Amino acid sequence: MAGERVAVIGPNGAGKTTLLSLLAGLQRASAGDVSRPPSEIGWVPQQAALYRRLSVRENLRLFARLEKVPDPEAAVDRALELTGLAERAKDELSTLSGGNQQRVNIAIGLLADPPVLLLDEPSASLDPRQRAILWEFIDGLAAGGTAVMFATHEIDEAQRHADRILVLADGELIFTGTAAELHAAGDDADLVVAFVALLEARGH
Amino acid sequence: MRWLLLKDLQILRRSPLLVGLLVVYPVVISLLIGIALSRGPEKPKIAFVNEVPSFQQTITVGGDRIDIAGYSDVLFERVDPVRASSREEALQMVEDGEVLGALVIPEDAARKLQSAVALGGSANKPTVEVIYNASGPLQGQLVQSLIDSTLAEANVAIGERLTEVAAGYLNILLEGGSFSLLGQDFDILGLSEAETILARQAAELPANSTERAELERIRRFAELAVENLDFSDEILSSISNPIDVKETPVGGSGGTTLESFAVAASVVFSLMFVCVLLAAGMLALEREEHAYGRLVRGLIGRGRLLAEKVLLAGLCALPVGLVMLVVVALLADLDWSRAPQWVVGVLAAGLAFGALGVAIGAVAREVRAASLLAFGLSLPIAFLALVPAGTVADALYEVIRVVSAAFPFKPALLAMDAALNENGDMWPSVLHLLGLTAAYVALARVALRRFG
Repeated sequence: MAGERVAVIGPNGAGKTTLLSLLAGLQRASAGDVSRPPSEIGWVPQQAALYRRLSVRENLRLFARLEKVPDPEAAVDRALELTGLAERAKDELSTLSGGNQQRVNIAIGLLADPPVLLLDEPSASLDPRQRAILWEFIDGLAAGGTAVMFATHEIDEAQRHADRILVLADGELIFTGTAAELHAAGDDADLVVAFVALLEARGH
Repeated sequence: MRWLLLKDLQILRRSPLLVGLLVVYPVVISLLIGIALSRGPEKPKIAFVNEVPSFQQTITVGGDRIDIAGYSDVLFERVDPVRASSREEALQMVEDGEVLGALVIPEDAARKLQSAVALGGSANKPTVEVIYNASGPLQGQLVQSLIDSTLAEANVAIGERLTEVAAGYLNILLEGGSFSLLGQDFDILGLSEAETILARQAAELPANSTERAELERIRRFAELAVENLDFSDEILSSISNPIDVKETPVGGSGGTTLESFAVAASVVFSLMFVCVLLAAGMLALEREEHAYGRLVRGLIGRGRLLAEKVLLAGLCALPVGLVMLVVVALLADLDWSRAPQWVVGVLAAGLAFGALGVAIGAVAREVRAASLLAFGLSLPIAFLALVPAGTVADALYEVIRVVSAAFPFKPALLAMDAALNENGDMWPSVLHLLGLTAAYVALARVALRRFG
């Protein structure tokens, strides 16, 4: 749904990255299908998929051209503005902090102005200040109408930034609903405790 | 694909170490080859001991005197001679490493040579001594080969001189003339003139006289001798050079010298390292930078990604190979008119090495692992391709031949040899390289699916 924020949570090996890879078209599903083509889905992998020897602008320009965006330079300028990296556009990527590299990583996912954006653990390896900036940015995207789906280990991030939460365990979807519904399902006021209780109740 | 190619070129431009490898390496290698080819080998230092007394420095063949020193000059043209006063001193110089070897001509050499070349003949031939340091097998081999070949040349030269003198005497016997012996001049009639005189005298005698019949018999002998001795020059020449050698090269035109083969081999070596490492490294870089997943997610197919890396290797091969060849051509003798063939050979080799590189890069996930694998695989392939036939067992050579054909080094070497030296048809090797390019790209594609 446009503007919806969906969090995918689950223990290690639950299948969060696999689910996002299937939706992004990186892997083929053994059953079922994805209604949208990969070209309509923005993909932001967990590790920054960028060329460290190129500048921020060169990275964006390269992927804009590969995405066959009608006006690559305009798309690059828009992405730089969205991510607040216009001043660092000429800097080589290797000179940027991890947070800024992640912003470029997200910017590349947004180049084709996709209606759906998938992010695999976008806040991993970021400090609290950088996380705050990142979530502010993602929330802004959703507010602009982009459907955002992200995988995370951080339960409180899911609680604060997701409209809907999917809980995966061993490749099985064991819960879908809001944070409040997850509280209720886990029978605890603390979402982390409720999450663990839910997993145990389902035998995971 | 062009944007990806442009990106790779940008990355290369910003990697000074890689650019250094691509630019400096071929220039340095080609300069070294060019200088080595243009200067030729240094003359080795050889100690020379001549124990022959000064009054015996010439030998006499018939009435002619031959200066032996003239023949030692043949040796001195090839070496840097260091005079030694005695055999012991020469031995010490070799042991100390001051000289590569020593040649000792014993005191009785001239006397024995004189005896050997006397028309009476003697089996007691002179013996010269060659001393070399056996601790260095290559040096020992070099000295032995050098002195052996030089002595063989001297033998031939003396033999030719003897033949010339003997032929002169036979000519006097045949045609008449004068010669000197022990300070006295002699005038010789000659068989041809004798036959004429005998024929004239016989004609003046009565037809049935006994004297005429006897004179006629002597005249016929002289005639027979003249007719047969006329071939004496050829006969003597064939004794001096008993076997004529007709060279029939098999395989190629036989036009490749060791020097020009060295140029082809060094170009192919350089192309192999640059292209295999570059293609393997650049493909592995896509995964190391985690961009691979993003690229193959609809932006560019695996096949086109591999083709781009192979094309990159081919494009880089052109300046590398051509810079090497131009530098070598400036310093040594290369046929500039074959430059179009150089381009074809270099490009085909670059593409095939690039394809091998992407196959390696598809297996390795990291640049360092890809580089190590590329380096480790390239060296033995090159060494195998250079194993000559006849140096190993037939069955083993067949295995080596098949293995070499499965990798680009051998066909690249054949193609470059043909391109540089007009040694055989280069197109079968070029087609072989293009076939290998397609095969390695297909392998890389499978590997990317498996390990991607």
